[in-house]
Amino acid sequence: MKKSWLSRCYVGLVMFFLYVPIIVLIVYSFNENKSRGVWTGFSLKWYRELFHNEIILQSLSNTLIVAVISAILATLLGTAAAIGIFSMGRKARSLAMNITYFPIINPEIVMGVSLMLLFAMCGISLGYLTLIIAHVTFCTPYVILNVMPKLRQMDNHIYEAALDLGCSPMQAFYKVIIPEIMPGILSGLMMSFTYSLDDFIISYFVSSSTSQTLPITIYSMTRRKVSPEINALSAIIFVVVLVILIAVNVYGARQEKQQQKRYL
Amino acid sequence: MNENVLISLRNVAVDYDGERILHNIDLDINDKEFVTLLGPSGCGKTTTLRIIGGFVEPTEGDVFFDGERINDLPPYKRQVNTVFQRYALFPHLNVFENVEFGLKLHKVPEQERRTRVKEMLELVNLKGYEHRTINRLSGGQQQRVAIARALINHPRVLLLDEPLGALDLKLRKEMQVELKRIQQSLEITFIYVTHDQEEALTMSDRVVVMKDGNILQQGTPQDIYNEPANAFVADFIGESNIVDGIMHRDFLVEFAGREFDCVDKGFDEQERVDVVIRPEDIKIVPSITGQFSGLVESVTFKGVHYEMIVDACGYKWMIHSTHAEEVGSMVGMSVEPNDIHIMHKMEEE
Amino acid sequence: MFKNRAVSAPYLVWSAIFVIIPLGLVAYYALTTRSGEFTLDNLARVGQYAPVIMSSILLSIIATIISLIVAYPLAFIMSRASGNTQRTYMMLIMLPMWMNFLLRTYSWMTILERNGLINRFLELFGIGPLTMINTPGAVVLGMIYNYLPFMILPLYTTMLKIEHHTIEAAQDLGATPWQVLSRVIIPLSMPGVTTGITMVFVPCISTFAISRMLGGGSSMLIGDLIELQFLGNTYNPNLGAAISMVLMVIILICMAMMNMFDDGEDKEAMLL
Repeated sequence: MKKSWLSRCYVGLVMFFLYVPIIVLIVYSFNENKSRGVWTGFSLKWYRELFHNEIILQSLSNTLIVAVISAILATLLGTAAAIGIFSMGRKARSLAMNITYFPIINPEIVMGVSLMLLFAMCGISLGYLTLIIAHVTFCTPYVILNVMPKLRQMDNHIYEAALDLGCSPMQAFYKVIIPEIMPGILSGLMMSFTYSLDDFIISYFVSSSTSQTLPITIYSMTRRKVSPEINALSAIIFVVVLVILIAVNVYGARQEKQQQKRYL
Repeated sequence: MNENVLISLRNVAVDYDGERILHNIDLDINDKEFVTLLGPSGCGKTTTLRIIGGFVEPTEGDVFFDGERINDLPPYKRQVNTVFQRYALFPHLNVFENVEFGLKLHKVPEQERRTRVKEMLELVNLKGYEHRTINRLSGGQQQRVAIARALINHPRVLLLDEPLGALDLKLRKEMQVELKRIQQSLEITFIYVTHDQEEALTMSDRVVVMKDGNILQQGTPQDIYNEPANAFVADFIGESNIVDGIMHRDFLVEFAGREFDCVDKGFDEQERVDVVIRPEDIKIVPSITGQFSGLVESVTFKGVHYEMIVDACGYKWMIHSTHAEEVGSMVGMSVEPNDIHIMHKMEEE
Repeated sequence: MFKNRAVSAPYLVWSAIFVIIPLGLVAYYALTTRSGEFTLDNLARVGQYAPVIMSSILLSIIATIISLIVAYPLAFIMSRASGNTQRTYMMLIMLPMWMNFLLRTYSWMTILERNGLINRFLELFGIGPLTMINTPGAVVLGMIYNYLPFMILPLYTTMLKIEHHTIEAAQDLGATPWQVLSRVIIPLSMPGVTTGITMVFVPCISTFAISRMLGGGSSMLIGDLIELQFLGNTYNPNLGAAISMVLMVIILICMAMMNMFDDGEDKEAMLL
């Protein structure tokens, strides 16, 4: 009993550390005063200003456009790649997987500057195109890593069974293989989308001032000493993320329960 | 016999998640005895074992080891070792290091460690496997490593939690014989948990049958098989025909629409009872000479004998016989009085 | 056959153009002058920045070690909790990661600055004000705060695989709690430790925003140096490329060291 009390305290302490900054942000988003240190009264002023801030709104829409396009492209590219790599022989597969790991392990800043050099050399001006290319490049490996295990878990005979039952190879692929690896494809898509939304470092090197994404705008706001709209923005992002995460978790828990019931 | 008692559970109860999963168990285990806790899953047999191992603390009651109360003694201070259900071998160590583990903890010098591990691996027939990694062993070999590892510290009691559950039938039979041999050669106490009645009957000196956190019956395998205490035990230990009956008076019971002589007494007059008859105790006779008769519904060849299902007096009777009867034919059946076991009805839960 | 190697061709071409060629470019820039002649000057000039590189390494190592110390017990507690509790803990740890790290770092500015929350609190007791922001300590704090989940998750995943029976078996054989930790849990969680170290050390050593926001000018890191060469006033992509090469070498060394400790199985599962 004493032990569980101690471990609960420890977890509480770490959680405190993780959440204090976020709580501070949210509390100050309602502060009337512009300065971070002083509390002068409750106000929704910063939320109002946030929604009238052209730069923020523009960069938000940039971020969403880039994230949607790059997540879809990365998912298509990555799923095909996973199937192809899965079909390779041992040696070719391990080479391809090493190429796949590389962008994940390589520091983002190096990837950012290396792409910047490439675009500069080819004379491609920085903008949406370069952003999307960069995002697809760092998202695709995550799609591959999500789809690969699903391919490996799959019973190799189901494809043959489908052919045996009269599917053409194309039908067998769409009716059997794709549904089987769908969970991996979807989680790859989600991961790509969120990584793309969240990316700062790489985007910082490959975007122009007209194609700024939200994280870049946030960075330039933090460079200015006082910018209370950030607090309001954080609060909104936090609530959105919280709602999504709770929904996903409740859904997951329910599915698990159903599965348990099925086994009983 | 009493001075021989090594472990006693006195009035031990365990609550888990607000539910009582062990109801006030009293159990004595003698030194050098092979005791089997037998019962269906969820009966509390593993919990009982884990109490002795020190992994579960009883909510109520006391546990004594060699006369000393050990309720609060952590597992690492007990003279008891366990063979876990799925072996729980250390995946980061090889065979030798797994077996050596306990000795290292007790700071046994290296030279002695080496000889003792060697002896132990010989005992479990694993000579030459010292440097194998665990995941390159078969299930049976992992089992042997687990046994060697648990025995290396010379425990006074070895606890075995369904140790053969993951093995195939043939290997299981081999290991049963081997475990018995090891127990006899080392002269230590084995407490063995299983849900397999055959395993329990073959290996044990004493069988403890459990259900729903209670001990239903304990005794030698012969006692348990021949004189089951109630219908559940009868059914669980070997196959049985269990039918409703009425005890008219001592030595006279009515079931299947007629009266039978029997050897049981001490029931209330007209008490409703369970009548238990083993399938091999029903003799098939020409239908005129039988005590009752019925229609053969199915015959299945089981290797040593035939298993027949006979429909008579509203019950399906299972009969084991070396001769097969024709499906659809009428047969007579007779039962000796001392093969009829009368039992009190179990209280409905 | 659905097995068809050709479908990976677009990806491989993509990787060649946008991963491999750019890296070649970095190497090319690092080894040439602005006019394109071969030179080792750029790499030699990196030597001037040895203090920056050393302090980057030092701060990253400190942040990694503290993260490991904080995360290890937490991951173990999590891995032993009941299913529902585990789910909740996981969610609580993931949640901050979903907010952009710039926002989270910005919040620490509010807390640490001269008239920030901590100093206001201390003021009540007549202490301070302490200088916390714009110190190396603040940078380390920011690193730990941002990357702690990267340490917790791989540790938690490996510890989940340690069966409870394995721990009980050790206790059963006479291992005290301390011996269980040192002889069973730590050896079995080594893959998680090495992955965690890599996953924290790499972003720490290559960050530039955290040091800029929390360190002020006080502690320049390798990342800041690279950023300055490409986007700053001292535009010099050749030198920047050379520093990038050095950064990659440092990371390779770190990963090679980590690989010595485990055989690199399950790397894939760990990265996700």
